[in-house]
Amino acid sequence: MQARQRTWRERKVIEKKKSTNLFRLGLRRLLFLLCLGLCGALASATLVRFAPGYGVTEREVDPRWSANSIEALRQKHALHQGLPSFYFHYLSALAHGDLGESDSLKRPVRELLRQRFPVTGNSVIRGLGVAWLAAALLASLGLVIRGWFFEASATAFNSFLLSLPSAVVAMLAVHLRAPVFFAIAIVVFPRLYSYIRNLLVRAYDQPHVLAARARGLGNSAILFRHVLPLAAPPLLALLGVSFAISFGAAIPIEALCDSPGLGQLAWHAALSRDLPLIVNVTLIVALVMLAANSLADFAGRTFAGSTS
Amino acid sequence: MTPLQKVAASILCALFALIVLTTFLLPAHYARQFRDIPNAGPSSAHPLGTDALGRDFLARLLYGTRVSLLLAPAAALLATLVAAVLGSAAGLLGGWFERIVLAATDLSLALPWLFLLLVVRAMLPLDVPPLVSVVIAFLMMGLLGWQASVRVICAAARGIRDSDFLLLARSSGCKPARLLVRHVAPNLRPLFYAQFFISIPLFILTEANLSILGLGVMEPMPSWGNLMRGFEDFSTLSANPWRLTPLILLVIVVMCFQLVLPSQEVAQ
Repeated sequence: MQARQRTWRERKVIEKKKSTNLFRLGLRRLLFLLCLGLCGALASATLVRFAPGYGVTEREVDPRWSANSIEALRQKHALHQGLPSFYFHYLSALAHGDLGESDSLKRPVRELLRQRFPVTGNSVIRGLGVAWLAAALLASLGLVIRGWFFEASATAFNSFLLSLPSAVVAMLAVHLRAPVFFAIAIVVFPRLYSYIRNLLVRAYDQPHVLAARARGLGNSAILFRHVLPLAAPPLLALLGVSFAISFGAAIPIEALCDSPGLGQLAWHAALSRDLPLIVNVTLIVALVMLAANSLADFAGRTFAGSTS
Repeated sequence: MTPLQKVAASILCALFALIVLTTFLLPAHYARQFRDIPNAGPSSAHPLGTDALGRDFLARLLYGTRVSLLLAPAAALLATLVAAVLGSAAGLLGGWFERIVLAATDLSLALPWLFLLLVVRAMLPLDVPPLVSVVIAFLMMGLLGWQASVRVICAAARGIRDSDFLLLARSSGCKPARLLVRHVAPNLRPLFYAQFFISIPLFILTEANLSILGLGVMEPMPSWGNLMRGFEDFSTLSANPWRLTPLILLVIVVMCFQLVLPSQEVAQ
């Protein structure tokens, strides 16, 4: 009885330690995110400040404007301020959600982001959903069937999709009138499939899975009770990475499919050399990606902690 | 090497031989316009026909193959060099330098690569001569494509730093320069080769994406991505299916690289 009580106490202590460690990890991740966000914001401010043509307005080359008026205009836009003062103003504006104004579209970047982010977010989430479902189904099917023909044809198909540039997939989507999320799914699927397949194969080769199979456990029971808990932490980490892949794929796909999302906005900004727009869009996308990666990593560690 | 890998390696060798022989095989200069025969079909004078501006498509394809297949390995070499220097230094020195390099790598890896390329491209002028656009594309990919390799190289260098043979060499009075040249570099060299070859197909695809979006190699200089810009007009493509040859070549080359090269996991 005493021994059992000690075990219970020990378990309690271990659980408490685990939760404390997780809390510390979460706090450290949050701090890391904040530091990276600050570095990213400073880098963005530097890029905007030293961009060619910074502070030059159309009025400055208009001969009808006098030198005094142009000087007054420059004073108004605080172009003579020093670098530290510029950084301070940029960061304080950023903290208040003011991301500046687009040079080419003549609209606040914040407003453009508010309009475009939901479009890309919607396409990315739906595309990721389709890609994950297809990759997981095909990888699981490969494990159940385990025939050389299935494996060879799936690998060849996957390799073919990996060899297609995302811009070509986008043009194909335009031709077939397929939705944007489908094109994103086609680009993301092969990257997910090969990784998921390798993870599942490794998990299936574990001795405890072999023992379960020898005991006559069914395929679905092995998959859900023994394989998936083992593969879940790296799969959750992959979820974070797949967000970055799909946001990257969204640029050519949205640009060529004429979808009014963030990808199209970034492409337009690059073509018109609109640095305040592209830099701020990239900063926001980077922060979203980092948050998604940290969340996925945290979820993976929590899951691993709860199952060990 | 499996028979399939041998076939893939032979195809790659044949294509690289084609790059060398391109100068002698070109039916016409890639920018020369035959204004009286635009959008012509295949003929003995123009085996793959001409484009909308009357330029010989075979000449453009051969020259574009040379540009794409030279640009990608050059960018891969630059990226591997940057990764080798940063990763080895981080792994061997450890401490704060390693943490900073790995944090920068994490940040870059979290960011979609194409966004980063667009930011850098937006800082550079767009109306540049074609040759300058090739150099810009090569430098951009080379200087921004090192992140994935840094992690792998850093992990390997850390392993070597903690190894017994390095401890023995150090205790024998081996100087740091000799340690690097005789003990560290030979052990990391296979990893550098693997990272270099793994980057090539990635850069081929990136160049194609950038050029299709009008941010890579500029006209009239051809590249695979540039030649694929015409795919937007599918009516022309269905009437002239031979225009698909750049895509077919690109897919074959990237698939051959995937077959021949060790996977990322093996490299790790």
